[in-house]
Amino acid sequence: MTEQVENLIRKDYSAGFHTNIESDTLKPGLDEGVVRFISAKKEEPEWMLEWRLKAFRAWQEMEEPTWAHVHYPTINFQALSYYSAPKSMADKPKSLAEVDPELLDMYAKLGIPLHEQEALAGVAVDAVIDSVSVVTTYRAKLEEAGVIFCPISEAIKRFPELVRKYLGTVVPQKDNFYAALNSAVFSDGSFVYIPKGTRCPMELSTYFRINEMNTGQFERTLIVADEGSYVSYLEGCTAPMRDENQLHAAVVELVALDDAQIKYSTVQNWYPGDKEGKGGIYNFVTKRGICHRNARISWTQVETGSAITWKYPSCILKGDNSVGEFYSVALTNNFQQADTGTKMIHIGKNTRSTIVAKGISAGRSQSAYRGLVRINAGAEGARNYTQCDSLLIGDRCGAHTFPYIESKNSSAQIEHEATTSKVSDDQLFLCQQRGLDAEKAVSMIVNGFCREVFKELPMEFAVEAGKLLEVSLEGSVG
Amino acid sequence: MLEIHNLNARVEGADILRNLSLSVKPGEVHAIMGPNGAGKSTLGNVLSGRPGYEVTSGEVLFNSKNLLELEIEERAREGLFLAFQYPVEIPGVTNMEFLKASVDARRKHLGLPDLSSFDFMKLARETSKKVSLDPAFLKRGVNEGFSGGEKKRNEIMQMMLLEPNLCILDETDSGLDIDALQVVAAGVNAMRDGKRSFIVVTHYQRLLDYIVPDFVHVLAAGRIVKTGGKDLALELEAKGYAWLEDEGA
Ligand SMILES: Nc1ncnc2c1ncn2[C@@H]1O[C@H](COP(=O)(O)OP(=O)(O)OP(=O)(O)O)[C@@H](O)[C@H]1O
Ligand SMILES: [Mg+2]
Repeated sequence: MTEQVENLIRKDYSAGFHTNIESDTLKPGLDEGVVRFISAKKEEPEWMLEWRLKAFRAWQEMEEPTWAHVHYPTINFQALSYYSAPKSMADKPKSLAEVDPELLDMYAKLGIPLHEQEALAGVAVDAVIDSVSVVTTYRAKLEEAGVIFCPISEAIKRFPELVRKYLGTVVPQKDNFYAALNSAVFSDGSFVYIPKGTRCPMELSTYFRINEMNTGQFERTLIVADEGSYVSYLEGCTAPMRDENQLHAAVVELVALDDAQIKYSTVQNWYPGDKEGKGGIYNFVTKRGICHRNARISWTQVETGSAITWKYPSCILKGDNSVGEFYSVALTNNFQQADTGTKMIHIGKNTRSTIVAKGISAGRSQSAYRGLVRINAGAEGARNYTQCDSLLIGDRCGAHTFPYIESKNSSAQIEHEATTSKVSDDQLFLCQQRGLDAEKAVSMIVNGFCREVFKELPMEFAVEAGKLLEVSLEGSVG
Repeated sequence: MLEIHNLNARVEGADILRNLSLSVKPGEVHAIMGPNGAGKSTLGNVLSGRPGYEVTSGEVLFNSKNLLELEIEERAREGLFLAFQYPVEIPGVTNMEFLKASVDARRKHLGLPDLSSFDFMKLARETSKKVSLDPAFLKRGVNEGFSGGEKKRNEIMQMMLLEPNLCILDETDSGLDIDALQVVAAGVNAMRDGKRSFIVVTHYQRLLDYIVPDFVHVLAAGRIVKTGGKDLALELEAKGYAWLEDEGA
């Protein structure tokens, strides 16, 4: 049976093609000159350059963290290139009609049509390839509502006060090794601002794509939801199949002002490496949101890709009555390693947080849930509920949980539940006896296991996530 | 329908079925009784292709096809149905989606178009009522938190929806209250159409008052040691199995 299940988990990575696009790629290496180069390329104001340099100097003093339950050879940060842009972007297309058809083609292959009339109904898309934002759809319609949704490089020039006010307030430059690196060299990403009392008229979405070889990708996303506003934001990621490991170190900052609500969903499908564990993306991501009074931030993530995932979307519940949520499915297969979880920091009174983390391990993969729930002294009446479930497929994989709880307020209520289960022979046999083939059976069982998380995803994404799991498990029984 | 010739099967290195032969014609109901550990469940498992059950020799024809060559799911799609003695739970997978996927697979095999979700839901609701399960059970996880009797009724519901050619019921009556027993029996009887065949494994002759068999077999030590009509069940109830061994079976 074990063998049976394991064969099911052999999959082909469907987003693994490489597109031949001519690029301007900076030669490998990192020093102050590179930081200045990126800033100059982006025609940034002086304050932005200073901000980057401060981060760079801090990064030089920092050590790469080693506490996560992942193993990989030392990354040579001098061997990476820190800037790559499709050549055709040099003279900046003003509209879709001017965008290189090869680029549009690539996104179409990924199932992300950028032509507005074909795009997912009611979803505005910002597409980022390597280091540069290619196109943002539905801008006019969003601007009517006062919503700003544009590449962050553009926002730095067009809305400097807004960016300056919030950038680095949730994830400071020196927060951690990868965040500092990102702050120094980020080249693009998305910026979102939802004005007071506004419900964003459509889902916003960014698709990240790494195309070039030996290129690090460092995007920076900043979402500010002003008082009483609402936004739902989706993020998707893919990369070509390559033998070398590629580095992705993103930073996402969310600011939910009083009574605002941000729903942030991710379907991460970076190239996971091949069946022998060769290649794949190293994904070191810092995602954090801050909730002011009565605000709510929900992180929902479905992680199926990357060779290594190091990621802890977190909420700082600063305002009274604010709510933080984390719903996660992390699937690892073959030789993938994931160390992921969340941090819920309760500062305000009556703050509430919910954590539902589902880990699925197959092949020889290792997945770890790492979560911190901290209740500060002033967080009267704070409550947390954590549920952590692991599902093992086969018996050469591993699942680990590292829950940390720190409570400094005796009125806090913290609940933690954890389970580990296996896809059993009996379940598989029942499904097959009813006419389902083994692959369909496993994907159905796994989807059932993830149900509580999938129901938090926006409709189109839930379907996509289900399909993605199915592909990721292909070949795991045979 | 089903022809078993000198079947020998092994589990975990132990020979369980020994030269078992049985012939089931269309429309017939065969009851199989016998002591614990005799190999009754093993027979159902071997016929349905459960991993771990190794056939060492013998032949099985199902609808004139060599059953032992088919994959588990192919046997099922061909119309072989096993109602489990111990149905397992599949948390989070709703009964409805599970049933729809099963029925789609069977219909596809038969060259029939998929039922629309709407038509299927209607059919599933009607069927659940026939086995006295509240349609709310369709929205619950497969067998998730079901009582023993509810699980058994759920098995019968699946059987009714899949419309198999051969139904193997493994102690579907055990753990049922009197009302549920009648529900199950009524379900089976409603499906007897002169073409569909049944193998009913049971320890209690009581079930056979409701589902009247054409043949009763006694399976002991891996083979059929006696075959009779429905009266044999009464005799077994009165005398137990020991006298059969004395007969030198
Ligand atoms: N998976 C298995 N692993 C080990 N032994 C098994 C397995 N399945 C069956 N057996 C053994 O095979 C023999 C026959 O078992 P089987 O379940 O077929 O009996 P049964 O006639 O259905 O009994 P009961 O009336 O108790 O249900 C028993 O000795 C049992 O322990
Ligand atoms: Mg049995």
